[in-house]
Amino acid sequence: MIAVAPSLSDRVLAALATVADPELDEPITELGFVRSVRIEDAKVTVHLRLPTSFCSPNFAYLMASDAVDALRRVDGLRGVVVQLDDHHDSDKINAGLAADAGYVGTFGVEAEESLDDLRRIFREKAHTAAMERCAEQLLRTTDVTVDDLHLVTLGDVPEGSHKEALVRRRAGIGLGAAPADPLVVDEAGAALVAAEVPLRLRFAKSVRISMEGNAHFCRGLLATRYGSTA
Amino acid sequence: MYEKDGEKYYIVDAHIALWDARAENQKNIHGKQFIDCFYDYHKNLSPEEVVWDYDTYTYYGEQRLLKDLFEDGYVDHAIFQPAILSDFYRRGFGQTEDALALTRANPGKLTYNHAWDPRHEEAGLEQLRKDADRMGLKGVKLYTAEWNGDSRGYKLDSPWSRRYLEECLKLGIKNIHVHKGPTIRPLDRDAFDVADIDQVATDYTELNFIVEHVGLPRLEDFCWIATQEPNVYGGLAVAMPFIHSRPKYFAQILGELLYWIGEDRILFSSDYAIWTPKWLIEKFVDFQIPPELTEYAPITTAQKKKILGLNAAALYDLDVPQELRLPTEAGNASAEVAAGARS
Repeated sequence: MIAVAPSLSDRVLAALATVADPELDEPITELGFVRSVRIEDAKVTVHLRLPTSFCSPNFAYLMASDAVDALRRVDGLRGVVVQLDDHHDSDKINAGLAADAGYVGTFGVEAEESLDDLRRIFREKAHTAAMERCAEQLLRTTDVTVDDLHLVTLGDVPEGSHKEALVRRRAGIGLGAAPADPLVVDEAGAALVAAEVPLRLRFAKSVRISMEGNAHFCRGLLATRYGSTA
Repeated sequence: MYEKDGEKYYIVDAHIALWDARAENQKNIHGKQFIDCFYDYHKNLSPEEVVWDYDTYTYYGEQRLLKDLFEDGYVDHAIFQPAILSDFYRRGFGQTEDALALTRANPGKLTYNHAWDPRHEEAGLEQLRKDADRMGLKGVKLYTAEWNGDSRGYKLDSPWSRRYLEECLKLGIKNIHVHKGPTIRPLDRDAFDVADIDQVATDYTELNFIVEHVGLPRLEDFCWIATQEPNVYGGLAVAMPFIHSRPKYFAQILGELLYWIGEDRILFSSDYAIWTPKWLIEKFVDFQIPPELTEYAPITTAQKKKILGLNAAALYDLDVPQELRLPTEAGNASAEVAAGARS
């Protein structure tokens, strides 16, 4: 078999697939937020679209600027243009991206410092939801009960998509994935005493339901807004 | 009133609007974007047979409203929760004077809640006093993401907001409906953060804070603060229509709400005219938590009666006919919820 190097367009799509909606914790390529990709003379122009004109502008900016950053890391591209379509802040965001103005330069007085804290909040939520899925799987498929959960470590969690996702989300908030690390931890990743675990799990469940529900809603609205092309 | 299988339900639609989003009333592109966003909500989540055409949706008028709510929709009482949006619409989005006139022409059937905006400072306070007197206000609807010149929203715990809340206390306006939207300064933060509601709910315990669409897209944060604060309620606007398109998700939302805030603090609403009440009420009365969601108890008829009307009736002192009441009082907001979560 001959190994074929991925084409430029494959590498562009792979780069876009690394960009996630922070709120939904899913790649923008799977959510249908990438409207078009055009490559001419090794220059790429990407149009993004969102489920409504009033999607949060901070998240819109995050995704668009993350897309620019991801595309700039693609070898062989000589130019990157990312444009956000049909948003109430399209003009502002597109001008900011084109001028490389950064978040504060794009939003001026509406911005204070950076979006790092906001990003952190949603990484914590994504981790919380992933943790709950693993815990719930154990509760449903093994003899483990809620009262035992404080003793459960990552080594006890069966391999599979839930665990892979959890390990990624842990990395997102700076946590390792040693087999002896406790599964159920607080928002910052610290271990909990036994009595705190049930309520933490209960809250984690509502985080997971909220995120999944938002994803249903966003996908549905995008399909309605853009018809069969969504 | 809705009747099914021998059970009678008193219905309060706690969030309705009479809007005018026709092209001639749009001030700018955002007026068009706003109604288009609503229309996509409507089309996406309504059963196909109740979807309106776009022109009707931009303006439906008083007679259509009365028919959809009271003739076809089983509603006993409905509450206007206007979004004014004067930066997007020439004569405003919610039609204040028309809604007020309709309220007066249909005594006992409608309540008109008005809005205030703390960014109008002293002049707005004076206007609030006049409005409370002229409109007989028992409640207000606040849209914290409303644009106002360069500002794209405000927080409920800002010094000026607090002065307005104190004025509400004096004026007997005890129901503060809050809608969280997506563009509030600073953009560095989570725009749907409900921490400001937590603050004022703690500081103004004689006011009721009804968080519309149960804090979505931050259901969990809403549930957490509502558990801590017995004067925080959840309005089901926007969550309701998932009963049709995503019934399992709807069951999960309802299960979470019943756990965290309890059956006495959840209010039904259609968010008319984003959706119409008839099908929502029919489906809700028939609704049950699917058996595979073993973590939630089945929802009872008494809980449905509270959610569909009795809880809102308690907040608004509505006179519910004896035969539609429960043997015990609804709206017991201090009932224990989410054991262990209250700090």
